[in-house]
Amino acid sequence: MIDYTKVLSSTVVDIKPSGIRKFFDIANTMEDVISLGVGEPDFRTPWQVRQAAIRSLDLGATRYTSNRGLEALRAELSRYVLRKYGVKYDDEEEILVTVGGSEAIDAAIRAVTNLGDEIIIPQPSYVCYEPMVRLAGGTPVIITTKAENDFKLTKEELSAAITDKTKAVILPYPCNPTGAIMEREDIEAIAEVLRGTDIIVISDEIYAELTFGGARHVSVPSVADLRERTVLINGFSKTFAMTGWRLGYACGPREILSQITKIHQFAIMCAPTVSQHAAVEALRNCDAAVERMREEYDDRRRIIVNGFNRLGLTCREPKGAFYAFPSIQSTGMSSEQFCERLLYSKRVAIVPGTAFGDGGEGFVRASYCYSTQHITEALRRIGEFLEEIKRA
Amino acid sequence: MELCDAKNRKILALLEKCARMSSADIAAVVDLEVSEVDARIAELERAGVIRGYKGVIDWEKLDSTKVSAMIELKVTPKAEYGFEEVAAKIASYNEVETVYLVSGAYDLHVVVTGKTFQEVCNFVSRELAVIESVTSTGTLFVMRRYKELDVNLLGDTDDGRGKIFI
Repeated sequence: MIDYTKVLSSTVVDIKPSGIRKFFDIANTMEDVISLGVGEPDFRTPWQVRQAAIRSLDLGATRYTSNRGLEALRAELSRYVLRKYGVKYDDEEEILVTVGGSEAIDAAIRAVTNLGDEIIIPQPSYVCYEPMVRLAGGTPVIITTKAENDFKLTKEELSAAITDKTKAVILPYPCNPTGAIMEREDIEAIAEVLRGTDIIVISDEIYAELTFGGARHVSVPSVADLRERTVLINGFSKTFAMTGWRLGYACGPREILSQITKIHQFAIMCAPTVSQHAAVEALRNCDAAVERMREEYDDRRRIIVNGFNRLGLTCREPKGAFYAFPSIQSTGMSSEQFCERLLYSKRVAIVPGTAFGDGGEGFVRASYCYSTQHITEALRRIGEFLEEIKRA
Repeated sequence: MELCDAKNRKILALLEKCARMSSADIAAVVDLEVSEVDARIAELERAGVIRGYKGVIDWEKLDSTKVSAMIELKVTPKAEYGFEEVAAKIASYNEVETVYLVSGAYDLHVVVTGKTFQEVCNFVSRELAVIESVTSTGTLFVMRRYKELDVNLLGDTDDGRGKIFI
């Protein structure tokens, strides 16, 4: 009989499963749960995109594409990134189509990491960075961003984290779960710290099209001289409500992109062909559909933020992504306690901030990828819960 | 305050989507005080911009029946009044839910509701068809409602999300 504890990679075994998953496994066993847990658009993929996919199937376009992705898609991406973010990437050598933004993040981390290299990760942030760095043999260096800085990464924090082993810094903005964005001057400050170093930036801009309140997304490589050291990562899931299509992309200097492409070539070969055909349509003809979704998210954002503040849970204005990140410190509970008790007593599922790193303690994440009625009902139940714990 | 300023338009769009949205939520979206939102809504009601608030009810869930039919009416318009007079007369019946003047093969599109098939038949044949300027009626009974006023009535509430949490 095999002793499995001995055959498995200790690096893999030591990785903790996602804290979000654990929590929702409990929620899924309960009846009448109202969830603000899902970080996935509730909108359907715009019909013209679905139609383009069907058309490609009708034409039998079901073979592999080139490793880098369909030529037409890369050409369209080159135009799109220039049009939206003002950065020019060569569609032949500087753009790679990947299986979701996730694959691009993983491959980018692996392409730059040697054993023991330090990769800086601001937290609270999306759960994948730390395990990916570990799997690549790197050492994650966590910076805990602060609520009073609106969870932005400051140049002081970054400077303090840099050592001679620092290889790269991940910039996860607009940020899941905090809703933080980095404005131009914030990115310029980061550029100042990095100038003259060999530190690479891996900029995960998957929520780029979801910024609110007049703040438009500023793409990291569009600022100062950051382009030469940045791998820009984006995808179709959030912007175009295309989560299940598994399509993302990486852009960057050819010297880095060619290495990322090697990883992709051997591990993945190419992104799904049908999704790539659909994505061409998304980039060409879906600005209006994206804007409609963004406006709807904005309405919900205002309702949920106002709702939490009214209930006495201080909630800073999230300027990007689709999450509210209110503080629950006034209740005296830990994030996990709060979410667990809320789930059991009122059947509302939200995610403890600690699922996104220790820096998330004292906060909870509520997604607003839900109808306003759904959000209002969840807030009503949370209000009841707060009343009850006050009385207890 | 202009009746059609951007904030009023937004308030109207929100109410059109969900008339039960609270003033507090509306206020949060349009960035106004709740009292100001209430005042604006009252003004929009007075001005006749907001004409009413209705619910989308699935009576079948309660085993109650409600029969609806769309009636295509051909009408001889009257000098001076055109279609207005007959349209106003038809609109005055409680059984009539909707009256539109439409382009195409007929003139008035009328939605009639009743408790039973027979009730609707009787109304069409005894009231609508006999109106002097009505020259013909075509009745299309609603067999099943899939979507109404933007509300999906198919009942598939599981949108397939929640398999992965990110």
